[in-house]
Amino acid sequence: MKKIGILALQGAVREHVQMLEALSCEAVLVKHVKDLAELDALILPGGESTTMRKLLNRYELLAPISVLAQQGLPMFGTCAGLILLAKEVIDYEPHLGVMDVVVARNSYGRQVDSFEIKLDIPAIGDAISAVFIRAPHIVSVGKGIEILAQYDGKIVLARDGHLLGCSFHPELTTDSRILEYFVTSMV
Amino acid sequence: MKQTGTELVKRGMAEMQKGGVIMDVINAEQAKIAEAAGAVAVMALERVPSDIRKAGGVARMADPRIVEEVMGAVSIPVMAKARIGHIVEARVLEAMGVDYIDESEVLTPADEEYHLLKSDYTVPFVCGCRDLGEAARRIGEGASMLRTKGEPGTGNIVEAVRHIRKVNAQVRKVVGMTEDELMTEAKLLGAPFELLREIKRIGRLPVVNFAAGGVATPADAALMMELGADGVFVGSGIFKSENPEKFARAIVEATTHYKDYKIIADISKELGVPMKGIDIAQLSLNERMQERGW
Repeated sequence: MKKIGILALQGAVREHVQMLEALSCEAVLVKHVKDLAELDALILPGGESTTMRKLLNRYELLAPISVLAQQGLPMFGTCAGLILLAKEVIDYEPHLGVMDVVVARNSYGRQVDSFEIKLDIPAIGDAISAVFIRAPHIVSVGKGIEILAQYDGKIVLARDGHLLGCSFHPELTTDSRILEYFVTSMV
Repeated sequence: MKQTGTELVKRGMAEMQKGGVIMDVINAEQAKIAEAAGAVAVMALERVPSDIRKAGGVARMADPRIVEEVMGAVSIPVMAKARIGHIVEARVLEAMGVDYIDESEVLTPADEEYHLLKSDYTVPFVCGCRDLGEAARRIGEGASMLRTKGEPGTGNIVEAVRHIRKVNAQVRKVVGMTEDELMTEAKLLGAPFELLREIKRIGRLPVVNFAAGGVATPADAALMMELGADGVFVGSGIFKSENPEKFARAIVEATTHYKDYKIIADISKELGVPMKGIDIAQLSLNERMQERGW
């Protein structure tokens, strides 16, 4: 059974746990450095990236997670998680800084502009439910980064080798195809 | 096709706040302190609840200039309060682009009979509750998030504890009932029948439920998480304490690490004086904000 950690400082942790368990994976909550031991992959959930960053600093998790990413541990970041992964965040300092993408926060406006759509993602499937909540987007990608989905001219899902990042929240829906893609073809 | 303001989009916003702390602030400076401490959102107000108590008179929606100032100061979501049943205050806040509206008993109700029809709005709402009936009525009207009412502005956790225990005990009862018992329970609670069926099916409330109304210390926040709250609102507890920066940071950490008592001990050391509390027994019935709304 694949053992997958979920950064559990704040945010949509429960949803990822449920979806992972439905995919027959073991879900491990990560709050401290010791929880990172022996993971096959790590999920960085949606939530507030500024809050997660403060807690990553205070509990000295930032460097250990960056190192694991550099060593090749598969990671999947959704919304705030994408912001944590990105090498560059417009107007803010980067966090883990491991995924070769430039990300802009709150790209679609405030909560009243948050929305849901169906996305066709050639590598994964058609009509995938995507919920965008005060979502970021990927402004540009480095060399060799696979752009998996775009919406309205903006990159919303991309893969940098063992790192997967998306603007929206697959964990809020019952459609587990993106997580399944991560777990089966990247972990 | 792109859809805004759907139930999923509105409830999902609250799901992203789970495990976090939402702090009351009255200006840009406080909002920045809250954000730097790790708040997941701020509530923009003209006065914190304990000052509303002191001031007396009619408490209304904040001056839009204050809300605007706070929205301009931070990148985290900004919430604001409208009076119970005040359609226009709510629409004004929605038009300003506030991320969440609290239809709040902390303000003087505008309507003693009807709450807002929250499903009509694109912006999501949070509402207070003391028991499952009240929680279910608010969800029925379209609330996307709940919080305990507690007793705002008192720095006394006792009412919030009472409310979270009551709601969760009633949810457990509904989950354990057989299908044919639910209609009678719906009648007794004054709760929509379909909602009780949903609660039974999924085993919990369909929206997140935060603690509010009396959180004054890191241990209070952790207690509410222990009792099953999804996150914490802190009203007067931060900016009425001796050292708001330290209190704010400590309450954020205690909420994340609510089962790690060594951490809570560490972060509680030399915090300074918390807000001065009020014994609930000293409040007359008409001073109890939790009695507002139904």
